[in-house]
Amino acid sequence: MSESLLQFKNVSKSYYGNRVLTDINFDVKKGEIHALIGENGAGKSTLMNILFGMPVITSTGGYEGEVLIDGKLINFKSPHEAMYAGIGMVHQEFMLIPGYTITENIKINREITSPNIVSRVFGKRLETLDMVQMNNDARKALDKLDMGIDEFIMVAGLPVGHMQFVEIAREIDKTGIKILVFDEPTAVLTESEAKNLLAAVRRLADKGIGIIFISHRLDEIVNVADRVTVLRDGELVVTKDIGDTDAVEIASLMIGRKVAIDRVQSDTRKISDEVFLNIKDLHVAMPGEMVKGIDIEVRKGEIVGIGGLAGQGKLGIANGIMGTYPSRGDITFNGKPMKLHAPHSAIASGIGFVSEDRKGVGLLLNESIELNIVFTAMQVGNRFLKKKGPFRFQDDSGLRKHALKMIKDLDIRCESPLQHAGSLSGGNQQKVCVARALTQDPIFLFVSEPTRGIDIGAKKLILDLLLKLNEEHGMTIVMTSSELAELRSICDRIIIICEGRVEGVLPPDASDAEFGLMMSGSRIKKGKDSSGGRAPNV
Amino acid sequence: MSETNGNGNNLLQNSRSLFGNIGLPTAIIAAFWLFTLVVGHFVGISMSTLVSDTIKRAGMNGILVLAMVPAIQSGTGPNFALPIGIVCGLFGLVCSIEMDMMGMGWLLASFSIAIPLAAFVGFIYGKLMNAVKGSEMTIATYTGFSIVALMCLAWLMIPFRNPKMGWFIGKGLRETIQLDAVGAAQILNNFLMFKMGEVIIPTGLLLTFGFFSALVWLFFRSKSGIAISAGGINPKFAQAAGLDIDRNRIFANVISTILGATGIIVYSQSYGYAQLYTAPLMMAFPAVAAILIGGATASRAKVSHVIVGVVLFQGLLTTALPVANEVFAGTDLSEIMRMIIQNGIILYALTQVKRGVQ
Repeated sequence: MSESLLQFKNVSKSYYGNRVLTDINFDVKKGEIHALIGENGAGKSTLMNILFGMPVITSTGGYEGEVLIDGKLINFKSPHEAMYAGIGMVHQEFMLIPGYTITENIKINREITSPNIVSRVFGKRLETLDMVQMNNDARKALDKLDMGIDEFIMVAGLPVGHMQFVEIAREIDKTGIKILVFDEPTAVLTESEAKNLLAAVRRLADKGIGIIFISHRLDEIVNVADRVTVLRDGELVVTKDIGDTDAVEIASLMIGRKVAIDRVQSDTRKISDEVFLNIKDLHVAMPGEMVKGIDIEVRKGEIVGIGGLAGQGKLGIANGIMGTYPSRGDITFNGKPMKLHAPHSAIASGIGFVSEDRKGVGLLLNESIELNIVFTAMQVGNRFLKKKGPFRFQDDSGLRKHALKMIKDLDIRCESPLQHAGSLSGGNQQKVCVARALTQDPIFLFVSEPTRGIDIGAKKLILDLLLKLNEEHGMTIVMTSSELAELRSICDRIIIICEGRVEGVLPPDASDAEFGLMMSGSRIKKGKDSSGGRAPNV
Repeated sequence: MSETNGNGNNLLQNSRSLFGNIGLPTAIIAAFWLFTLVVGHFVGISMSTLVSDTIKRAGMNGILVLAMVPAIQSGTGPNFALPIGIVCGLFGLVCSIEMDMMGMGWLLASFSIAIPLAAFVGFIYGKLMNAVKGSEMTIATYTGFSIVALMCLAWLMIPFRNPKMGWFIGKGLRETIQLDAVGAAQILNNFLMFKMGEVIIPTGLLLTFGFFSALVWLFFRSKSGIAISAGGINPKFAQAAGLDIDRNRIFANVISTILGATGIIVYSQSYGYAQLYTAPLMMAFPAVAAILIGGATASRAKVSHVIVGVVLFQGLLTTALPVANEVFAGTDLSEIMRMIIQNGIILYALTQVKRGVQ
């Protein structure tokens, strides 16, 4: 049990001078389940990409440090090589062909064949499939997982939990599999399916396979893993035996103390008791960010933060209300019921929206800064227009005046208002997006991922700007962000979304552990043991 | 235009920015046109005739090329279904003859019948384009073909009675209707026409083209025009800004179809004949080629692209044909060359579609 199967020694990686992994040292022993945990962007995927020799690593100059398997130095150039060396991966999204049987899916591209007349002439690719042998192999792999399901059934129509098992069966059918990586394997499973899966993972480990188990469900990790390694901001925080720690500690290690942006509060702020936006039972079908029934009340003058891990649905909320994705639910805004899936009426009723997808939804990259700033106000509010006969033309001078004012007010660094928005830096692009939302004179602002992909100085400017809008103009703001630190720096309260529902609401000064536990969906009270169980939504 | 100042590095940069602003296909076609002009001069073809022809043909094709702008800007891609607009125009034109209109009256009557019809048909076509998002160009091409085929029947079966356009024996309309008969051949071309040396300037025709160009240019500076462009560049952005993209696309295709209808009437009067039946079948292609040569992409087009493109494309055709006939005497390469150039350009442009969208 103690010999090291896989070792990472001082592994570092940077993308274009941007360091994403620093001096990672960790190892996986034979028959061990080693959990890997960290927030989005902590470096989990990069580490796995290095292990699998993904092109994204090799094409960006490789990595520093050493990776050893069975004590031998390896440096895979492609995932194919990694596969031959006995490394397998079970993906979060299934890579199965629905119209094929389970056997065919398990054996794809590794079919067992026997020669026939045609293949003797035209080569190996035309040999006959040995279905009997293939079915036997598939059966063996499924039996290893205690799966009673018949191997000749089509994958299409199988329950999600079974698909996951087929995926695992494919990996263990590969001869000489030594290391198996599970990337959030339970994310799409129901509780009982997840339980079965975890039991199967344990059985595989008992057969001597080393397992890397990536998950953000702390209770699962505590239940199944032997050791846990916590990554944060590309650094390895700690590796611990699971017996020496608990979910609360892991959660606080995962969040950690980041460079805090100071929290400044002025006394002039007024938060009234009036509920400004009332969201009831909101469902949003945003791919990758599904919202599954959320109730939120926002009071006038508040800054509300919405946090949570990626893919849990926090981004879907603003998009659903603003009508960019199909949604249903009862929304009351400013005392009036709101129509859903109607961006025009949402904007007209005084809600501004700064989208998380700056380049895709937020900007017309090849158009001027000034057009980007006034666009929505022009189209929805009929401003910056001059009437001439039946036509309404853009009012060039009015538009320019406003754009110059915004450029000055928000300190947008550009050469001229005619410069294309696409040529600006990320922070300045974001300011253009904010400027456009402000030009609509909104009374309520949705801001999603306002600091994504911009440098720390610009981050501070954007956050200060939001705070200023709230303090000076009494604007109610709902900010959605993956960065807890920035939510904690300006929000009055932070709603944590997990699996499409509200997991809980925390004050900004709550402890790291509380945030960590809530974000990973493990609602374990301090002191209590990891009894697990998901609480009903708030 | 770039200025070369001897420095190698600068030269490279300049040439890059030259191609950046004008575009490689535009530059190549322009160079090729100049080359044929020079060859033409040496084989003794009258330059003034060539220039006159170029101006005339640019003017008569101009509005048809202009019809591409709204369609491209709205995101439906070049209007390969231009024949739809064209048959609307032809229908207005023959109705106007049927009513025994003459001269300017004929022209105005043609417009006033063709335009409402084109608006209606364009609306339906726009709805079709919204239903087939993602494969607009292919569907548009075959919609155009189908309409032309359908109209072949219509030309035969609609009981027009005016002898100016019927067959001498039997029923139905003639393939080619002479507009001399209604006193409308070159009616726009001859308005305020003058000669500059040997070169004929068809003032009325150019004014008409200029008028429609200005209209389209102004339109894309209006609120609706900006909304249409935004929907074409970035549908997600437009949607988030509360625009109804589908409605804008329909509107753009209505305008495009109307321009097609207007364009064919202007074209026919300059040509002196109205061509029915299968004549409109391939008419979308030269128009698409022209705007693409002018520097437009399948997703971005400006009025300046129309003007540059139509002059270059028609210039090249008018020059290359007599020159080719002269150089390769005894063969009929000219038509083949026209096909190669026109289709080659469309092919090139379509391979660039993705790059254009970025």
